[in-house]
Amino acid sequence: METSIKEFKHCDVIEVKGRVDSATAPQLAKVLDKAVADGHFKLALDLTKLEYMSSAGFRALLATQRTCKRYNRGEVVLAAVPDRIREALELAGFTELFKTFDNAIDAVGSF
Amino acid sequence: MKRVKYPADFQHLDSIRDFVGEVAERAGFSSKEVYSIQLATDEACSNVIEHAYEGISGGKIEVECEARDGQIVIVIHDHGKVFDISTVRKPNLSRDLDEREVGGLGVYLIHKLMDEVSFHSSKKDGNTLTMKKRKSGDS
Repeated sequence: METSIKEFKHCDVIEVKGRVDSATAPQLAKVLDKAVADGHFKLALDLTKLEYMSSAGFRALLATQRTCKRYNRGEVVLAAVPDRIREALELAGFTELFKTFDNAIDAVGSF
Repeated sequence: MKRVKYPADFQHLDSIRDFVGEVAERAGFSSKEVYSIQLATDEACSNVIEHAYEGISGGKIEVECEARDGQIVIVIHDHGKVFDISTVRKPNLSRDLDEREVGGLGVYLIHKLMDEVSFHSSKKDGNTLTMKKRKSGDS
């Protein structure tokens, strides 16, 4: 798994690439925690190049969504979610907890 | 039936997913089904590593996989503590963010993704989780 962060005026775009499972989810959690610790609560995750995500990754997303939405200071939105991952997120009932956008530009525009 | 033994370590989940994915692909399962089979196997093995082998080092996971007559059967053996996934209660899937639980999600997904899931535990043979999925022909 690899991540890269771009800071925009109203939000950060975090690109998540590769595979997120129990081995790599802690690494993703660390990146998200760091953004939040730096006071960035409006996060758009660009998942264009995400190949795989298990429930370990879902848990990291949920924890960050909780922190970001606290005091209405922001939220996590998802962009370009690949089909297979969207289907798994739907099964887990996660699509109701995250706004999703077709691409990162639309996600940035939502803030 | 193909059988591979892996060290009970999250680093090997990649290889375990590759192993079952290859058998499913070769048997003609759709890419959606292959992903489901890989995800269910990953969740099951992650549970073994996290719960059955909690506090135990050097454990092994044995994964058996066979596709026949339009059905794939995956059998996961371990010799750790008994972790019966049928006793894991369904997580709260409420729309309310604060009520959502982080535990139990993997087991819930396994049941959703696979057609049949059964668990057997004995002192002699350890724990055995068997998962089956039939080909549905969707894409």
